[in-house]
This record gives sequence, structure tokens and C-alpha cells, in this order.
Amino acid sequence: MRVDQPVAYRVADRRRETHDAWTLRLEAVDGNAVPPFSPGQFSMLYVFGSGEVPISISAIPEAGAALVHTVRAVGAVTRTLCAAQPGAAVGVRAPFGRGWPVAAAEGRDVVVVAGGLGLAPLRPVVHELIARRDRFGRVAVLYGGRSPSDLLYRDELDEWRRTDAIDVELIVDAPEEGWQGKVGVVTKLIRRASFDPANTVAMACGPEVMMRFAATALRERGMAPSDVWLSLERSMKCATGHCGHCQLGPLFICKDGPVVRHDRVEHLMRTPGL
Amino acid sequence: MQTIEQLLEESPALASLPPEHRATMAGCGRLHVFYPGEPLMREGDAADEFFLIRRGAVAVETQVPGRGAVTLETLEPGEILGWSWLVPPYRNAFGARALDAVHVIVLDGACLRGKCERDPALGFDLLKVIATVFVRRLEETRMRLLDLYAGARDAG
Repeated sequence: MRVDQPVAYRVADRRRETHDAWTLRLEAVDGNAVPPFSPGQFSMLYVFGSGEVPISISAIPEAGAALVHTVRAVGAVTRTLCAAQPGAAVGVRAPFGRGWPVAAAEGRDVVVVAGGLGLAPLRPVVHELIARRDRFGRVAVLYGGRSPSDLLYRDELDEWRRTDAIDVELIVDAPEEGWQGKVGVVTKLIRRASFDPANTVAMACGPEVMMRFAATALRERGMAPSDVWLSLERSMKCATGHCGHCQLGPLFICKDGPVVRHDRVEHLMRTPGL
Repeated sequence: MQTIEQLLEESPALASLPPEHRATMAGCGRLHVFYPGEPLMREGDAADEFFLIRRGAVAVETQVPGRGAVTLETLEPGEILGWSWLVPPYRNAFGARALDAVHVIVLDGACLRGKCERDPALGFDLLKVIATVFVRRLEETRMRLLDLYAGARDAG
């Protein structure tokens, strides 16, 4: 499989998540599917006549050649993607990058910290934690958003909250009428979450500043930086570590990341200009 | 039945205080339960108390014209509510309302101020406790000022 040429997919269905984010289910055309994904990896989605963007995989279907991506409409390509109707053609290069250390977390507590659209790349992790629940210790999913209507996967969050399998805590910056939940920043949830800091793996994704504060809060709880993993976002173009657009110090985020250990990038995240 | 002093010992917010300070503070404290929807304090009123939340959740609110009471943040067990009792003009800057049955230790602000004036070591240690809460909430407020979630990922 060549990763420098897009494979033809079509939009099978689409679902609105928030006022500007949609989840697209893509199906391969003529059976030419990209290789299987791991949670945390990303695709380069090519919209003909518009351009190509990196988008994290947001679910890994059990079978078939489908891909699920949640996209926020913030630029020309993502606006076109979000407007794509069933049947629309999309080119896919994938999968790229290093994913979440789910296997390495077996036997340990797991804390998932997500902010805004950052839940999308962590959603397949949560699916896997629930599917193989007996292999992990305590599991906490901490999710923060700008407002209740900006939270992704609301039905699914309700399902997760109804199960006893995992602890799910939600918090928003700006409550709307009828919101009965917590108000504040997602890092606040870390202080109260139930986990053993000495035996926990944390996975965080969201705006970079949020991840920095989340990593600090996890360390204040006693976690080692080597147990904290973040998904970084940089301007991925080639996705194969050649063009340098996504370079962060010595790292190419497209191939050394997007999921990286916090102690490897802490100093880089604090370096102006990087 | 636990005494106020024993309950203060269990409060994570006061864990850094020496036992003798907690014993002194206990003399200014009483237990109270607020029912869902009941105000713990009202914006603009005299700030003569502060609260250690033992159970339940509290919404810190302000009145916004046309929108009514807007929740600024929610507080949970183990957290401190109210510090306007510490500095003039001793008026509540915000209101607070019980979201469910809220069990608190209420500490009388004037009583505590008097004890702090007479015992500067207590005053300094208590100020450090309150300053820790200040700093944390200021950090969180600054994070929220950034409007972190606005178009941060997948910007292509």
C-alpha cells in the first residue's frame, strides 16, 4: 500500500455533533481499503479540488473497510468535508503516526482527559477500555468543553455514564440553560478523580494549553511524567516525516507522534516559537 | 457524632494547618445543611461567613441582566467557598446556591478575623490556605479567558 497516493472512499453517512462538527463514516470504494488503524492514529483526508487535512480516527469499526472521523469546520477543506453528503468522494491516505499506549496500560488505572474536539481521538480508546474492561484497573474519563452544546457524542457520553464500568465526569466553561453539571476547567476534574498515581497511565488530548495544565495537574497528583501521554497537533502535510511542516524540535509529529510521552515534549511545548 | 474540630481535621483544604490552629478555628464553626436551591450567600450581602463543603455541590453565581443567575463555577466536597470575609469591605462579590443537599461547616468570619489578629501565626497559616485556593482559581480563570476550545484542533 502506497501512502503517498489517496485511496478512494465515499461518505456513507454523516451525523452532526455540534454547531460546527460532524462525524463522517467513510466506506472504501471497490474494496480498496487502507490498512487497519490503532487508536490515536490519523488519516490525511483529501477533498478533491480543495486540499488535504490530517484528521484523527474517532472510531474503529469492528469489521469492514469503514473509517470514522469527526471533523470541525474551521477551514476551507474541513468546511467542505463537513458539508459532504452521502456518496461524496473523499481520498484517504492512512493510517499515520503513533497511537495511544492502550496495551501498555493493561493492569493499571487509566485516566482519559479530553477537551473539546480532543475527545475524538480518545473515543476509540474508551471503546477499547470498555470492551476489555477486566484488563484495566480504575478507568476515569474526564471531559471538558466550552459549553454543553459543544460536547461531542452526547448520546454515547450518556451511555458511558450509565454503565458502572468507568467513571465519566463532564465539565463546561460556559453553562447553558438546563445544564445541571459541573462548571469550570477540565483540569479541576483531575484533582478529584479516583486513581492510584503510582500505577496509572494518563492519556490527554485537547487544546495544547489545556494539555499542559492537565499534565501539571496529573504530576501534582503524583504521576510520573513518563506515564502521561499527549496527542499533539501540528501542521501535518506529507504525514511521512519528510516535509518538516509538523516538526517540533527533533520530532516530526506525523511519525514520532501525534501521541507522545509528556517528558519527551515538555520542554519543547514551553519553547516560544515551536 | 464528630466534633467541629474532628471534621476540620478531615477537610483536605485545611490539611496543612497544625492541629492547634484547627482547634482554635473550631470555636468559630458550626454545622449546617442547605437544601437544593437554597442560597449559601447572596451577591452584595455582608460577608460574615465562609464555608467548608462536606457534601453536595454548590454553584457560584452572578446576576446578569437579561440572563438571570449565571453559574461561574461549581464547587464540590472538600472545597472552600467565600473569602470576602477576609478583606474590607466584607461584602460577597458573588452569590452561591446549593445544587443538591449541601452539608457544610460554617465559619464565622468576624470571629476568625479576631482570632487571626490576636494570633498572627494562625493568621499567616490560614492566609496561606486561602491563598492556595486563590491561586488555583486564578489559574483556572486565566485558562478560561483563553477560550481554549475555540477552533483549536483539525484547523485545515
